[in-house]
Amino acid sequence: MRKLALGIEALAIAVLFGSFLASGGKLLAGAAAALLVLAGVLGLAGKRREMPGFWLWFASLLAYAFLYIPLVIVVIFSFNDSKLNAEWVGFTTAWYRKLFSDEDMLRAALNSLSIACGAAAIATVLGTMAGLSMHRFKPKLLPFLVFTPVAMPEILLGVSLLIFFLNTVSPALGAMGIDFGLGLTTVVIAHVTFCIGFVAIIVRARLAGMDESIFEAARDLGATPWQTFRLVTLPLIMPGVIAGALMAFTLSIDDFVITFFTSGVGTKTLPLEIYTMIKVAVTPEVNAVSALLMALTLGMIMIAAKLAPDLMRAKT
Amino acid sequence: MFLVVFFLLPALIVVVASLRYPGEFGGLAPLVSARPGEEAGLTLETYRVFFSDWVYLEIFAKSFGVAVLTTLVCLLMAYPVAALIARSPKRYRDMMVLLVVLPFASNFLVRVYAWMIMLGPFELLFSRFAVICGMVYVHLPFMILPLYTNLEKHDPALLDAAQDLGANAWQRFWRVTFPLSLPGVFSGSALVFIPVLGMFAIPEILGGKDDWIVGNMIKESFLGTRDWPFGSMLSLMLTLAVLAVAAAASWLAGRRMSRA
Repeated sequence: MRKLALGIEALAIAVLFGSFLASGGKLLAGAAAALLVLAGVLGLAGKRREMPGFWLWFASLLAYAFLYIPLVIVVIFSFNDSKLNAEWVGFTTAWYRKLFSDEDMLRAALNSLSIACGAAAIATVLGTMAGLSMHRFKPKLLPFLVFTPVAMPEILLGVSLLIFFLNTVSPALGAMGIDFGLGLTTVVIAHVTFCIGFVAIIVRARLAGMDESIFEAARDLGATPWQTFRLVTLPLIMPGVIAGALMAFTLSIDDFVITFFTSGVGTKTLPLEIYTMIKVAVTPEVNAVSALLMALTLGMIMIAAKLAPDLMRAKT
Repeated sequence: MFLVVFFLLPALIVVVASLRYPGEFGGLAPLVSARPGEEAGLTLETYRVFFSDWVYLEIFAKSFGVAVLTTLVCLLMAYPVAALIARSPKRYRDMMVLLVVLPFASNFLVRVYAWMIMLGPFELLFSRFAVICGMVYVHLPFMILPLYTNLEKHDPALLDAAQDLGANAWQRFWRVTFPLSLPGVFSGSALVFIPVLGMFAIPEILGGKDDWIVGNMIKESFLGTRDWPFGSMLSLMLTLAVLAVAAAASWLAGRRMSRA
């Protein structure tokens, strides 16, 4: 009985899914709802003893479907031969071809990549230092400085940096004869600010499990502080540093809110470009960029998981 | 040092900016008056406007409403998933957690856009419902992960003991599992509640004009009307709200812990 009910639920999810591809969307969605109710009733009619297990599966399957259906729909419609995201017409790769000949989009992608590389490099160095000193010296103020940008709503960091750049840095540099406006530099600085925290958290987690006596042994054997760092500490925390760098890269390339406030008029990144497209005109070209971005981040995560499997687990 | 310059300093400047007059062409008026008759210096004007007009407090209240609703829906959806993962055999757990985090890997805007497509054919777009859908979708993993981390630590023997003592499934959940999971519930709720308060993209893309929340107001005062002092004041208010929520969550979690 329980298996049957779960089977019906799976079928309901499949029908729900189909309702987006077929023209009779509403009808099929109704059918899906009816099937879900049926599955629920069957589950109730099942033996009472089995109920907690059944409802757990029922609700979890729904939640997983909720997480995945929207994204799968986006990918499917990126191959749809229609200007509207409403109904399946036929298979095409035209949207991808259009994407690769769209110069604005390519420039935005290039911007995103260079910002992410720059921000990840700087944030990794500074974040590692922050993680190390938090572990070694247990300072009071530093954790607050490092973690607050991570915990605050992004918009707050965005607007405060906007005011700071335009109202404080720009006039100050202007007085010295340097022209300073919003652009790539400000975006990189902003990204570094919120990435440091994530790198520091990962590096510190890596250090937390370590035996202090290794570092003492290095010192006893006559290593200078620099040698201890380069030959002992750094190799040991390297997986953490790499995972942190990848994390910073992904965060930077994905960031929308903070970039939105600190990029000014001329500089566009991929998320900003997507935002404009969504607001102006929704075409399957947006689906195509989205699908490509998904593939890219997926690849990054897989590399990160390969490089530091223990860390991926530690993070969750 | 980097963070002092690019995080602490800007934060302090926002506090000061909230006390200044708006500039003639947007931005901020100078601190020292350059021409006679020009407004300069510091003022509490923005705060007066904020507290004298119910509209702003209403938007704050609405933002809290949206955040509460999002948090509750997330909790309802996340609990079964977290519980299921925690009760599954060890070798499947990592896989199931990964499946929760994976949609997260796609860009935030992509995930919001996905809901535009999902709701479009049903004429549900640009409504409060769409906003909540988007909010829940984007923040669900933040709720599942802390809950799972908490539930995973529970000793199954406790449930067996409860059963032996005659508790039915419902009682076992409400009297044993749920109270023990409260720290996870609180930390997950804080992780959902706080970012929702500052969100502007989801109400803007999925909602109608009526669904604007604090985040939209802040964005609009900085980039739309260019009334920076007002936007700074709003940011400050939001910061205070966030701090209050975070403090409440950690206080509640701490109190539960010490009682248990």
